[in-house]
Amino acid sequence: MYSQAVLTALLAWPVVAAAIVLLVPERWAKHVALAASLVEFAISVPLWWTFRPAAGMQFVLDLPWIPAWGIRYTVAVDGISLFMVLLTTFLVPLSVLGSYAYITTRERGFYALMLALTSGMIGVFVSLDLFLFYVMWEVMLIPMYFIIGVWGGERRLYAAIKFFIYTFFGSLLMLVAILALVSLVGHQTGVYSFSYAYLTAHLGGLGPTAFWLFGAFFLAFAIKVPMFPFHTWLPDAHVEAPTAGSVILAGVLLKMGTYGFLRFALPLFPAVALHPAIQTGIVALSLIGIVYGGLVAMVQPDFKKLIAYSSVAHLGFVMLGIWALTLQSVQGALLVMINHGISTGALFFLAGMLYERRHSRLIDAFGGIAKVVPLLAAALTIVSLSSIGLPATNGFVGEFLVLLGAFRTYPRAAIVAAAGVIVAAMYLLPALQRVIYNPLDKPENEKLRDLSPREIAILAPLLACIVWIGVYPAPILRRMEPAAKNLVQSVRLDAATFTATR
Amino acid sequence: MNLDLTTTGDLARALLPELTLTAAGLLVLLVTAWRHTSARDLRIAGWVTLAGLAAGGAAVWWLWWHTARSAAPPSMIAVDDFRFVTDALFLTAAGLTVLVSFDYLEREGLLVPEYYVLLLFATLGMMLMAGGEDLMVVFLGLELMSVSVYVLAGINRKSGAAAEAALKYFLLGAFASGFLLYGIALVYGATATTNLTQIAAQARSLSLAQSPMLLIGLGLLLVGFGFKVAAVPFHMWAPDVYDGAPTPVTGYMATAVKAAAFAALVRVLLEGFGDVAAWRPIVWWLAVATMVVGNLIALAQRRVKRMLAYSSIAHAGYLLVAVAAGMGPGSAALLVYLFAYTLVTLAAFALLAAKGRDDEREVRIDDLAGLGHRRPWLALALAVCMLSLLGFPGTAGFIGKWYILVAATLMHQTVLAAILVLTSVVSAGYYLPVIMAMYMKPEPFDQAHAGVHIGRAAGVVVAACVVGLLVLGIRPNGLLDLARTSAIVVPAPTPAATATGR
Repeated sequence: MYSQAVLTALLAWPVVAAAIVLLVPERWAKHVALAASLVEFAISVPLWWTFRPAAGMQFVLDLPWIPAWGIRYTVAVDGISLFMVLLTTFLVPLSVLGSYAYITTRERGFYALMLALTSGMIGVFVSLDLFLFYVMWEVMLIPMYFIIGVWGGERRLYAAIKFFIYTFFGSLLMLVAILALVSLVGHQTGVYSFSYAYLTAHLGGLGPTAFWLFGAFFLAFAIKVPMFPFHTWLPDAHVEAPTAGSVILAGVLLKMGTYGFLRFALPLFPAVALHPAIQTGIVALSLIGIVYGGLVAMVQPDFKKLIAYSSVAHLGFVMLGIWALTLQSVQGALLVMINHGISTGALFFLAGMLYERRHSRLIDAFGGIAKVVPLLAAALTIVSLSSIGLPATNGFVGEFLVLLGAFRTYPRAAIVAAAGVIVAAMYLLPALQRVIYNPLDKPENEKLRDLSPREIAILAPLLACIVWIGVYPAPILRRMEPAAKNLVQSVRLDAATFTATR
Repeated sequence: MNLDLTTTGDLARALLPELTLTAAGLLVLLVTAWRHTSARDLRIAGWVTLAGLAAGGAAVWWLWWHTARSAAPPSMIAVDDFRFVTDALFLTAAGLTVLVSFDYLEREGLLVPEYYVLLLFATLGMMLMAGGEDLMVVFLGLELMSVSVYVLAGINRKSGAAAEAALKYFLLGAFASGFLLYGIALVYGATATTNLTQIAAQARSLSLAQSPMLLIGLGLLLVGFGFKVAAVPFHMWAPDVYDGAPTPVTGYMATAVKAAAFAALVRVLLEGFGDVAAWRPIVWWLAVATMVVGNLIALAQRRVKRMLAYSSIAHAGYLLVAVAAGMGPGSAALLVYLFAYTLVTLAAFALLAAKGRDDEREVRIDDLAGLGHRRPWLALALAVCMLSLLGFPGTAGFIGKWYILVAATLMHQTVLAAILVLTSVVSAGYYLPVIMAMYMKPEPFDQAHAGVHIGRAAGVVVAACVVGLLVLGIRPNGLLDLARTSAIVVPAPTPAATATGR
């Protein structure tokens, strides 16, 4: 019962809860939303224990939806999507709690949108029908568009529409590619089906068309990741979004792009993806992302913008891990995805807390505040170190695995990427120094409040995860290993067969 | 039920909807001859019209229920599901327009009950036009519809813009009719018949696919229809006419008139010229030009009504893609899209009429600022309309667009599909600002929306349309099945009939 209903419950509950939030009085909205998101988390937690790593796709629910077009409602998770789902349900309650003080207008609308967004995000990660996936992929745009556009900073309108149009552009081309793929496979096999399992099993003679289809998928996911040079929407969206929006954007939404590569772009078009020129090109773009993101982050006066560019660099690591396509690098990429969600999420929370105290995001507005707010300073230090990838924090494990795995297929790329870790230290440590260490020379910083219990409640789980994954990542790696291994092997095998038969 | 159309009784049965509507029109004419002075008289005429439309609908349903078919194909009027479904569409659009008009006419002081008579006759014309199996019937229907709509466009005699719109529409419409009629004459010259089935048979048996006379005749037919559906480059009249006509009439023109022209176009092309490949590249280019120009010019509009006018040109482009896809999937997609588009456009124009007082032509997009705060339900309805026009998943607009894309990719028109989605991205640039203004910008001054008023009947229409859009967006199965079984399928005697243009 639980195994069939859980994913659908995770999809449906936030929508129901959003409707409840809209109905309750304004001042209760945030509490109801928090309770609802905690319930959502509670529903998802048993997945961790009941998940059987070797069993492949599980918690399957497969119902007909629009039979005339071969569209089904198929949801399931495997070792790749499980962690994305858990990351989402874990970050949402924290984001809701983190918005308690920040969001002061139209609270009902805000929290209802947060919950609706949760549904869309989970939907993207659990859909195994390309139609359902596409619908979820698009639907989650709207709540985020509103969250940025209504509750964002000064240039929120610009950031919101930029975010929307970039993503919309990529995803519509993907839509045509999905349709072309289904109709091609349908012409050959006589069955028109949007089912992921069916399509991956009948990829036989796509021929040169596969190149164009892959291009469309690539564009949609690369914009979402975002890969250099498609990243320009990200700094705007991150900076203008309210704290919770930034956290969800960095923590979950960016992972949809990398998840899309793992789930769809690679398995559907293995021959194209492993074509040497394309693979090398994408690895090169990932490296540019790592180095460029780091270098640009170095010169940012705005703390949120710095974090935004650091995301470009981190996601470059993920892309490198995916496209190096060894077991270790893919596991590393998955781990970096989780870590980035935790560490960068925590960084955005801290940036938001600083902003709530001083109403400034500029790094130079602070200085020496470690004396005034020791707890906040300590948290910021730990999180920054984990983002840099210091050993014994989560950041180290993921990036190390990526480098280790990538070294086997792309040794030179791995060396350049390792330099990227140093760049990370070069932009985060000075920023850290300027914010919390340097002399306390600004009188307005002398009376800052330290962390409130609510803020401690937000940061404590994140810090716990940082240490836990840094010290003992084995439970996570064990759960993702069969899925990652299966992906790497099947993609390499398919690529070999398709290339040979061509 | 097999009808032998050579006998009077069966012919009357086949024409039952048209006869019912004629009777209703004459009845309303009689009623208004005696009662045409007060607002109450106007309402009476409106209710009689609604009853007439309902009776017509019942007649259509009766024929559809008995699966009426014509026993001997070459006849003046088609008896097939495509006709019944399009009839239902026209009747629905007319009924909704009547409901929206109730308040509008009283508010604007247009105490002219002839309005309803003209509406009935225009609808009758559409039904003849879309059901005509003979070019002469198509032409007669088109003229009946056009003449009625010319008058409707200028029914507000106090408005200079309406007079301009009516005159422009009349002059260009007459011009288009001339093209159409000359095309019919040339086709007659080449094939010695005006019956669609016989044209196809003649073209085949005499191998007229390259005959200059037939091709020129076909070209002139396309020009005539191009004017009626407002395809670029024959669209020049549309923005001014849509802009100047009373808003409910604009909604009627943008939906029912366009739907009728498309239904007739598809029937003529598929049944009469299925073997003549020459029209496919022409329609292909018309579609591309219409989508590109319509969307780009709409982007530059600041006033809502004019923006909607250009957007309806863009939608004609999407519909032309369905025509270019041709045959079964294409005409089914056309039906689904027309249905979704009719609901959303009628609702959007009804909402616009509610916002504007005296002269809703002047409502700029920025004048909607803060509407989301002041009138949440109205704003929500308008937001859903904009998303549906954009083709966003979860709304019927997406299902329509999806179906057109499916049809296009099935017929190997992937390039056309790609152009469709790229121009859709452009359309986000003018639909989203409406949502943005409503929700993300503050009210320009207090009581800026005090004049917003939507009548009860119009409110019901909007609510029904919006709910319909959302329900069909999630559960379109019924509509899809209906469209599939009602598509025009011409038995292909030669394989050449299925050859595609490019």
